[in-house]
Amino acid sequence: MIRSQVLVCGGTGCTSSGSKFVMEAFESEIAKAGLQDEVKLVPTGCFGLCARGPVVIVYPEGTFYSHVSKDDVAEIVEEHLLKGRIVDRLVYRDVDEDVKEKAIEYTSLNETAFYRAQKRVALRNCGVINPESIDEYIAMDGYAALGKVLTEMTPEDVIKCVTDSGLRGRGGGGFPTGRKWSFTASNKADQKYVVCNADEGDPGAFMDRSVLEGDPHCIVEAMTICGYATGATEGYVYVRAEYPIAVKRLGIAIEQAKEYGLLGENIFGSGFNFNLHIRLGAGAFVCGEETALMTSIEGNRGEPRPRPPYPAVKGLFGKPTTENNVETFANIPQIILKGADWFASMGTEKSKGTKVFALGGKITNTGLVEIPMGTTLREIIEDIGGGVPNGKKFKAAQTGGPSGGCIPASLIDTEIDYDNLTSIGCMMGSGGLIVMDEDNCMVDIAKFFLDFTVDESCGKCSPCRIGTMRMKEILEKITSGNGTLEDIDKLEELAKHVKENSLCGLGQTAPNPVLATLKFFREEYIEHVVEKKCRAGVCKALLNYSIVADKCIGCTKCARNCPVGAISGTVKQPHTIDQTKCIKCGACMSNCPAGAIVKG
Amino acid sequence: MKSLEELAAIRERMRGKVVLREGSGDIRVVVGMATCGIAAGARPVLNAFVEGVNKEGLTDKVTVSQTGCIGVCQYEPVVEVFEAGKDKVTYVKMTPEKAAKVIEKHLKGGEVVSQYTIAAAVE
Repeated sequence: MIRSQVLVCGGTGCTSSGSKFVMEAFESEIAKAGLQDEVKLVPTGCFGLCARGPVVIVYPEGTFYSHVSKDDVAEIVEEHLLKGRIVDRLVYRDVDEDVKEKAIEYTSLNETAFYRAQKRVALRNCGVINPESIDEYIAMDGYAALGKVLTEMTPEDVIKCVTDSGLRGRGGGGFPTGRKWSFTASNKADQKYVVCNADEGDPGAFMDRSVLEGDPHCIVEAMTICGYATGATEGYVYVRAEYPIAVKRLGIAIEQAKEYGLLGENIFGSGFNFNLHIRLGAGAFVCGEETALMTSIEGNRGEPRPRPPYPAVKGLFGKPTTENNVETFANIPQIILKGADWFASMGTEKSKGTKVFALGGKITNTGLVEIPMGTTLREIIEDIGGGVPNGKKFKAAQTGGPSGGCIPASLIDTEIDYDNLTSIGCMMGSGGLIVMDEDNCMVDIAKFFLDFTVDESCGKCSPCRIGTMRMKEILEKITSGNGTLEDIDKLEELAKHVKENSLCGLGQTAPNPVLATLKFFREEYIEHVVEKKCRAGVCKALLNYSIVADKCIGCTKCARNCPVGAISGTVKQPHTIDQTKCIKCGACMSNCPAGAIVKG
Repeated sequence: MKSLEELAAIRERMRGKVVLREGSGDIRVVVGMATCGIAAGARPVLNAFVEGVNKEGLTDKVTVSQTGCIGVCQYEPVVEVFEAGKDKVTYVKMTPEKAAKVIEKHLKGGEVVSQYTIAAAVE
């Protein structure tokens, strides 16, 4: 009889930090201790706290061990599993003092500041169940929503329930999901399709991957429900080939569902048929755009096409199609089971439910968080994220990746929802949230994202293909210290043109990082141009290293370490740097024993 | 699978295996599993509790867990029962047979088996 369960995270984050070896070590140590009949080892999806991986949870105590290496495993088995003594040194320590007291007793993950403020709906099974076991999913009420839909509800009931819940598309646009479904439902056709967009392309975003890795059955269930509601019998999940774990687990989930008769013909004896297929994308950002994605599924080069006709009228293979993002689908089974009112009770007036964010950048707890809509940026960064590390000051948060904008420190109390973000020129995006501190240069950030969109532009329409390139060139000019004030105006004007005239979402949103940084950090652009200065010390061309004569002890260390011989001076006398020769490598600064070299 | 009943059957069968992870039990049974406890026979007691709780279908209500040395080594195996809003009950010198009785009377019936408690042993 199983008395204890050891959950080891098998998400991509923890896998790359070595959770596979931890898993193997547990297997052999548990066997060695003769506990295989008492302790069950369960591989799970992402727990969210990726920065602390590999992560292990031991139940029933709910003890949360972080940074577990394979060498720690023998101790956990011997101490915790055999003798019931929690291995204190491995327990995840919270910053919060009063929790720490209790941490000695239970140290359950739900009590840590990172998890306490979270509300898990889309991620509810991630890190809880074994994603490769359909039985565990069923034990957590899995496929009960599908059963309810097929035996008790009409397609209209389902659409009404989704509409009433107020769920909006989680891929970035925020279009009401119920309305999207009703469009497809109202179009008559001999064949309709459901498409799940799992082509997550924003740098630093991994919400969809985590859902697919941690709870693949919920996507299978939700897509089948969508098929019933809209009259579709075939579904496609378009997922990037760079997500091998997600692809594998989704494949297993589909096979298991077929075996149980939860996919295929006559599901629950209702006469409803539904089949699901996986299509692998090659990792082009533009394929996250719905029309390009469908073109790619059809086997063609992934390029967008003008809308209308919208996919609800003419989508995949020219048939009416409903396309939703992974996280949107992940909410569906819960909405059906718990009701539209339950879902609508969370969030703000126009943005219901929760949103998953991939927290990254200059933040203590990098990882995955799910919070109710309307939570302030301050709560996310300071409470859940544990603040900006190394005593640096928070400068801005970037949301929505290359399509999004940024929220400056002055607006840190903004409540996060679709409309609030749009009103400050930002965008919810798919959920990437990159935190920046005073060491980040905002002009450089804009350039980084534009670099990305220039690479990823498919080239079909000229505003995007040429416009983004010209914008990038202007930014390069500014960051290299050759910009003029007219360049800033030109950049802004060009950005507006690209935004208005591009064919698809990629081009229409590509200028957002530039426009947002211009709006909130224009003075940094002007500084780059007029004073030839980068306050964050990021833009190399604008950096000057100089020696403070009072502090220099004349040790000659800098001169000896300079790779280009730019530093001269006599022993025990202050040295000087020849700015025309200096390549700004910083070797002098890191070698100076007296701290006499400054950059700025 | 063609029916809701079959789905419900799988759910029931699997429920006990995942409920552990929710920690929702109102009652916590904690078995002292330090060296002294193990030497005195805490392992069979722990297993008796786990099996008994499962057999009686109490998994939604009761969480069986283990801990280190409780501090009264001469009374091992020691088992403590925590219940929200009630004083904790400490059972001493436990055996699998006594465990069965505690499950029957205390966990199911809500009645403390006073002759096994530390208070009785001290007298």
